Amino acid sequence: MFDDFLFRALIAGIGIALVTGPLGCFVVWRRLSFFGDTLAHSALLGVLLSVAFDLNISLTIFTVSSMIALLLLRLQKTTNLPSDALLGLLSHSSLAVGLVILGFLSFIRFDIMGVLFGDILSVNVNDLLAIWIGGAIILLVLWFIWKPLFASTVNYELAEAEGMHPERVNAIFTILLAALIAISIKMVGLLLITGMLIIPTTMARNLSNNPKQMVILSIIGGLLSVFIGLYTSFEINTSSGPTIVVVALILFILSLIGIKKRNYG
Amino acid sequence: MTNNPNVLVKITNAGIQKSGKWLVKDVNLEIHRGKIVTIIGPNGSGKSTTAKIVLGLHKKIEGNVQTFTKKISYVPQKVSIDWTLPIRVLDFMVLTEDLKPQEINDALNLTGVDHLISRNLRDLSGGEFQRVLLARAIAKKPELLVLDEPVQGVDFAGEVALYGLIKKISETLNCGILLISHDLHVVMSATDYVVCLNGHVCCSGTPVDVARDKHYKELFGDKSSQLLSIYEHDHDHVHTADGDIVKNNV
Repeated sequence: MFDDFLFRALIAGIGIALVTGPLGCFVVWRRLSFFGDTLAHSALLGVLLSVAFDLNISLTIFTVSSMIALLLLRLQKTTNLPSDALLGLLSHSSLAVGLVILGFLSFIRFDIMGVLFGDILSVNVNDLLAIWIGGAIILLVLWFIWKPLFASTVNYELAEAEGMHPERVNAIFTILLAALIAISIKMVGLLLITGMLIIPTTMARNLSNNPKQMVILSIIGGLLSVFIGLYTSFEINTSSGPTIVVVALILFILSLIGIKKRNYG
Repeated sequence: MTNNPNVLVKITNAGIQKSGKWLVKDVNLEIHRGKIVTIIGPNGSGKSTTAKIVLGLHKKIEGNVQTFTKKISYVPQKVSIDWTLPIRVLDFMVLTEDLKPQEINDALNLTGVDHLISRNLRDLSGGEFQRVLLARAIAKKPELLVLDEPVQGVDFAGEVALYGLIKKISETLNCGILLISHDLHVVMSATDYVVCLNGHVCCSGTPVDVARDKHYKELFGDKSSQLLSIYEHDHDHVHTADGDIVKNNV
């Protein structure tokens, strides 16, 4: 069964949707969508370093993205620049450095489109292992830090006063995001991973009235996008990554009907 | 004094500077089990800042803060809930500690909002929201309760009742309470120790001592000794734009 490329793509997609659902909720609640973009852009640097030095691709992306994430946390503390400016700085510098390195690597055959938009159909068994084992670890850690992370999302000072260590859980959360990007870049691509994080989650927000419900609906939205997107891309012969995101967008538009009834609660 | 097992927090000569200006300076204060300490003072006098120093939320402070408890509840002055986050009163009650349904209901019942348990936080009125904040803080049975203007937006009858409740909580839970208020008149009856703050401690003591204190009279006006006073703010000194204190007659 694992010989069938479509089946492998489906298993990979399910694994990623299970993780993007809950992480995406925190990204939206904490207004971190641009931060997700920054990490994804820095992943290009990771991919190129792994190609240049023949390193494990997921581990290299994870290391580079985590370092960028921790660098951002450090810069936020030590400079007075607003967060969005810092994010733009890191995002585009890492992208630019990555592209310059790409120029030096002309001797290597390198599929830049695959990195930008993902190639879900090239997923091999090793990638599946990375997604499912990595994904399981991410969800497990998230489970452990859920309460302090959620409390510091609602009110940072309240969480800190009541011993929830918001600074520590924030750092852990950004590393989880970096890990998600590392395992999913090959499949979804660095330009679209934030879409997978945000779009099913915003759809879920339109339909939910409590945090757990929003997480569950966000996972369901991600899974539906993967199922329908993969099937459609196979039938009408389009790129799988973008098709999945387009399906997520359609689900979001449909959810607006639900929100009208709620009248923006 | 630090050997006293009833002391929950002791701050000594605490102060904090921001861009070269003192937000508060030379604050000394102790919070004891079963006692209510109230900080009063005009806007911008450093009341919330002092509360945050007590809670350890300010890192770069002068002076010393010793905390002898970890069971702390905090009602911040302002909590805003983002639209992207759907959260009911029920979810908010267990924000930092898991509670039994009975404990949640009891606490909401005490502050008179048990009927709102499945409502979304964003749909509550200001007064209802304050009652939920207070319920959450007492539901986890803290040893130290820090309340930053806990009754803002609550109607007058509710205000008196909630201060009564706060007094009762300090007795039943035997917890120390730091209460910040500018509703001088109602607070006086429900407090054991008062600190008048105006960038520094103007005067402090029992409500009776403070009401007799000349600094207090200068700060709040003579009529304040009748407790139900019209708020007046009269000084022996003025504050310059950078926070320095200048005596009137110097």
